[in-house]
Amino acid sequence: MNLRTWLQNLLPKIIFSPSLLIVLVFIYSFMVWTAILSFTGSTVLPNYQFLGFANYVRLWSLPSWYIALKNLFLYGVCYIGGSLILGTLLAILIDQKIRLEGLFRPIFLYPMALSFMVSGTAWKWFFNPGIGLEKAMQDLGFANFHFDWIINADRAIYIIAIVAVWQSSGFVMAIFLAGIRGISEEVIKAAKIDGANIFQIYWRVILPQMAPALVSAVIILSHLAIKNYDLVIALTNAGPGNATEVPATFMYSYTFARTQMGVGSASAIIMLMTIASILIPYLYSQVREKH
Amino acid sequence: MKKIFQKFILGVLFFPLSALTVKAKGEVEVLHWWTSGGEAAGLAVIKDNVEKKGVTWKDMPIAGGAGTNAMTVLRSRVAAGQPPTAVQLLGFDITDWAKEGVLGDLNVIAKAGNWDTVVPQALQKFAKYEGKWISVPVNVHSTNWVWANKAIFDKLKIGPLKSWADFEKAVNKLKAAGITPIAHGGQPWQDTTVFEAIVLGLDNGVTYKKAFIDLDPAAQTSKEMVKAFERLRFVAQNLDPSFSGRDWNLATSMIINGTAGMQMMGDWAKGEFGKANKVANKDFLCFRFPGTQGLVTFNADQFAMFKVDAEKAEAQKILAEVVMDKAVQAQFNQLKGSVPARMDIGNEGFDACGVKGMKDLKEASQKNTLFGSVAHGYAVPANLKNAIFDAVTAYFNDSAKTAAQGADDLALAIKNAK
Repeated sequence: MNLRTWLQNLLPKIIFSPSLLIVLVFIYSFMVWTAILSFTGSTVLPNYQFLGFANYVRLWSLPSWYIALKNLFLYGVCYIGGSLILGTLLAILIDQKIRLEGLFRPIFLYPMALSFMVSGTAWKWFFNPGIGLEKAMQDLGFANFHFDWIINADRAIYIIAIVAVWQSSGFVMAIFLAGIRGISEEVIKAAKIDGANIFQIYWRVILPQMAPALVSAVIILSHLAIKNYDLVIALTNAGPGNATEVPATFMYSYTFARTQMGVGSASAIIMLMTIASILIPYLYSQVREKH
Repeated sequence: MKKIFQKFILGVLFFPLSALTVKAKGEVEVLHWWTSGGEAAGLAVIKDNVEKKGVTWKDMPIAGGAGTNAMTVLRSRVAAGQPPTAVQLLGFDITDWAKEGVLGDLNVIAKAGNWDTVVPQALQKFAKYEGKWISVPVNVHSTNWVWANKAIFDKLKIGPLKSWADFEKAVNKLKAAGITPIAHGGQPWQDTTVFEAIVLGLDNGVTYKKAFIDLDPAAQTSKEMVKAFERLRFVAQNLDPSFSGRDWNLATSMIINGTAGMQMMGDWAKGEFGKANKVANKDFLCFRFPGTQGLVTFNADQFAMFKVDAEKAEAQKILAEVVMDKAVQAQFNQLKGSVPARMDIGNEGFDACGVKGMKDLKEASQKNTLFGSVAHGYAVPANLKNAIFDAVTAYFNDSAKTAAQGADDLALAIKNAK
């Protein structure tokens, strides 16, 4: 092997190594550090007094942690389910060879480009009963119109899901649209010749072939759901009371505001494990498919 | 214009000289979260006086999160071994940092300045750690105030509110007149600020001290505490519909604009009235929460002094002396709406509420009815404080919860967090 080919072979590795190093240090090493901290009695600053699983025991005895998990479940189901249903419908509608498709696609996709902080703040005002939707409807003469979910401890979590669905369905639409367009025309034509109507074509022919798109969408949406932090902060700041606490806000509050870094780290590790339990089987199946 | 020009010329002429003195005295780096109007104006007084003594002021403002963001920065600085010279801190947070062994020792200056006698005992508990002065208190805020719109109170003929019964009557009168009785922001610390005033007003602070200072579980579920939760429910039922998440200063502006009758808030609210050019006892009223006259729950801003290199120690010493200076404290507190941490300062220049605040503080300190505020980290450490927030705010926002449940949840939350 001469020097030239040797260098050529090496070049991609050289180019990738800095980013690999950065990822190793700033992501994986901090993950390990967090894992270590979760077994220590760290309070204001990290310390290395080993406590075993005490922080985990403590974590699972805290009522607010259960509130956070319950909210994650409710939010996750509504958010993933809502985005998938709405996104698929949008994709099917756009697929009808409509005019100005190039205009509609970005309109539905655009919310995804906003930061959760921006959409959260805007929707917070919209849902605020004193200045937003409720007041507008009452001013229009619908005196009995009430929509105060955002200040209702039992309903506020659904408000967060509604905003998140608004933000993400366009993205699901894009994934599904790409999937639908990827199906060969021949199959659809064959179905038409066999006398299938449009509903049957989508239900029996197109959607069953959408499995890869569905899996990607679910994976992306579920890790977004678990990481959800900024939207909650902007919309309700984990309130009213602590009714919309989610694991991410719980983690921040315990680590940084409540000087219980150990418990905060333990909750971060639980979140990491939840995400890993979704991602690892997926990555594994991807790797196996290729070989 | 001419004056500015003259100053500019003078500045140019004397620049090398001032640069030299700066080099001689060093610099102080001060981390704080005072960025709003009255706070910033107060801080500028300290800054100017420090600079007059030839010390450079390196400002490190970290806004937001009620200090949480600032604490995150402080953590990284301390972990890196480069703490700021001084940090604006509250209550048990100071003790938490002292426990980490990163705070300095101010005993020499403290002795020279006679701090042990001029600072109230209740405050010294936080400004000292294991016999050493570690931080310098600049003010005392009290949290058991009610701020009211005077025009509305006069119109509805609402007299002074001395008891809870008076308070209920006043609320009902306001409601009948179509005015939001209570301006409130639904944030955990604000809910708890109201709650602690209610508990304090139950029985001259006996339950307050037992439940929150001595952390006696029996007091946390006592009949008195249940009564406090009942009263908190009454407050929660007399707010406007969009109170959730509102910032305290927006609630204060409801009083200023006359859309609401009164607000329970610490005396930093006075800064907002000041900014709107409102005058105490003419445009707005300040009085103690019903049943708490003679008692004070306090919240004091302090500058915790971190261990620094010898070369920075001189500048740190100057900063500490400036913060404790009588004239500086008087001027600072007139701007920020609080009262001086030193008890030996005259009340000239303070408005009616300030004069009352100073008198009440002195009285409470002498009668031993000066208690640390739960909502502001002067009664219990951060982990317990937030546990109390959880219980109080969950009750406040859930009208299905009974007062007895509220008290049980409170006791449980405190037990879990210990």
